[in-house]
Amino acid sequence: MRTKSFKSGTWIARAMGALGLAATVSAGAFTAVQAQDRTSVRIGYAVSATGPNAGGANMTVTPNYELWVNEVNAKGGLALPDGSRLPIEVTAYDDRSSAEEVVRAVERLATQDKVDLILPPWGTGFNLAVAPLMARHGYPHLAGAAVTDKAPDFVKRWDTSFWFMGGGHDYATALASVLQSAKADGKINNKIAMISVADGFGIDLVKAARPSFEEAGFEIEYDKSFPPGTSDFSTILSEAKASGADTFVAFSYPPHTFALTKQAQVASYNPSVFYLGVGAGFPVYKNISGGQMEGVMSLGGIDPNNAANAEYRQRHEEVLGRAPDYWGSVLIYASLQMLEEAIARVGLDRAAIAKELSTGTFDTVLGETKLEDNQLRNIWWAGQWQDGEFVALSPEDRAGAGTVQLPKPAWQ
Amino acid sequence: MFEHLINGLVLGGTYALVAMGLTLQYGIARIMNLSFGDTVIAAAFAAYVLFTALGLSPLLSLLIVVPAGFAFSYGIFSLIMRPLVRRSANSEALEVDSILATFGLLFVIQGVLLVLFGGNFTSYSYLNVPVDILGAVVALNRLSALILAAVLGGALVLLLMRTRWGLRMRAVAISASSAPLVGINVIQTSRMAFAIGGALAASGGVVISMYQTFTVTSGVVFTMKALIVVIMGGKGSLPGALAAGLILGLVETFVAAYIDPGLTLASTYLIFLALLLLRPSGLFGKAS
Repeated sequence: MRTKSFKSGTWIARAMGALGLAATVSAGAFTAVQAQDRTSVRIGYAVSATGPNAGGANMTVTPNYELWVNEVNAKGGLALPDGSRLPIEVTAYDDRSSAEEVVRAVERLATQDKVDLILPPWGTGFNLAVAPLMARHGYPHLAGAAVTDKAPDFVKRWDTSFWFMGGGHDYATALASVLQSAKADGKINNKIAMISVADGFGIDLVKAARPSFEEAGFEIEYDKSFPPGTSDFSTILSEAKASGADTFVAFSYPPHTFALTKQAQVASYNPSVFYLGVGAGFPVYKNISGGQMEGVMSLGGIDPNNAANAEYRQRHEEVLGRAPDYWGSVLIYASLQMLEEAIARVGLDRAAIAKELSTGTFDTVLGETKLEDNQLRNIWWAGQWQDGEFVALSPEDRAGAGTVQLPKPAWQ
Repeated sequence: MFEHLINGLVLGGTYALVAMGLTLQYGIARIMNLSFGDTVIAAAFAAYVLFTALGLSPLLSLLIVVPAGFAFSYGIFSLIMRPLVRRSANSEALEVDSILATFGLLFVIQGVLLVLFGGNFTSYSYLNVPVDILGAVVALNRLSALILAAVLGGALVLLLMRTRWGLRMRAVAISASSAPLVGINVIQTSRMAFAIGGALAASGGVVISMYQTFTVTSGVVFTMKALIVVIMGGKGSLPGALAAGLILGLVETFVAAYIDPGLTLASTYLIFLALLLLRPSGLFGKAS
């Protein structure tokens, strides 16, 4: 009996260990290209194609890399200062959603593959993991899909790093300011029910949101975090409902965002403000909400009247067969356009590219774009689904911003 | 209070439904199937494709996907597991071999799904309508998981306990080495148990796809949860898997409601640990 139970314990441990391994081990590189003499520009990247990060990476980052490379090569390649063009050759690795793996892959791209440029991975943590490496090997680091309040510090530490997505504080204060005006107009009461995923994004955002909401005169009636694996929110939603708050805020990842939407519909939970995290700006959200996305708020947004953006969205759909999201996609794409323009001006010298990115002004899908202290600040911080588009609301004073429409219509 | 009870049972229904298949595969066929969750996910994708491309209701697609799950697992057993069962000296050796073999299988299934569907979050909405149970509102799609778990679980328990076929199954579960002495074909019986386990995995995948967001790599999560439920319930015990699944669902819901949603995961493992210490063979497991 005793030995038996000990044994079965060992098997459990073994099985679980193997499963843990399963989350980190899988296939290696897709392609490895040999060094050649300047018949092409060799660009490498390591992005999560498998593992828990694959869903996010495959929405926001990889498609834009593919779209951009496809477009550049269709034009005959990257333009150089002398007017000639060189096609892009891609070396792509799967980091398997493992931070160690992404570091190893970037090291490999820099030292063995000796690619000309390295594009960043998906995710805040992963970008931080490779930042020192990129700086050491002298590669400009265009950290696209990374939300961090520390960007001003990072650009001091790594002066060839560039940050394109703002920080949690930016998104939280933008939301607080939208809510504050709604409260002043008497559209919502001063109570907020807030939940957050107990993981990078959720922790950052909720930490920034608490003081911002309080400063804006709100009382946070319900404030809980939940583990990333959570799939059932019925209890959380009924507690949030009972809190009497007109505003529901969830700093969630896509699986939670989708589950919260479905379960709020079932529970007929109809707060005036229904704000969700990553995923509410995904095109698939239309289907998930059963076409009832009207009034749902989240991060990001677009100006529906911006022709350049509309054209980008159309190209994305034509080339890749699916629409981009309403938040990060366009920022990533703009960062690539900046890279393309910088190369056209200064050639392939990496230090010169970094300098140009830092100081130059670029014509991108975002319009005229210039980095401030190596950071893109021309970002839409909060948006709302209005008439089938995810419309940007904040900064309220920026041209093209929509106005928030409250209360959100009740679920049918 | 009553609301949380219903919510907990409904959540537990999902856990039980997924775990019942694994308990058959592990308890009777003696295959510790690490690719179990990936079978669940494969079925979820099948339901998704049938729903989005052909407009087939997931409940109807059960009629296609579940037999397919049965056939797939039947084939896998014949192809990969049978040689392992043949050559293994005892159950322990078979467990090690099956862990390694199914660990490989996990990547094969994942890789195929990745090529077919890419790494996207997949989700659709079906039967996402409220049902009022004496004042507690639950989603019909989630409720269907609980109902399916109860119906399939109940039917299988009856079959196992009341039929000659079930007697053979139980004989193999208790002692695979002695079963041949009374004329039982162990390989055939194991294959049947493994295939039924695969069919249950498929039914779980179809139902889960209606309300949960999944990616090609989220199978590991289901294997993990199912493994906990199986160990808690006692390996090979269907009533055990049902009970343990429901208990987990209830505990998670009550902890989320009365303590903190952040502690649901911790509470799951706490119960798991306590049970392993107090009843190492599981709730319904036979001490051997």
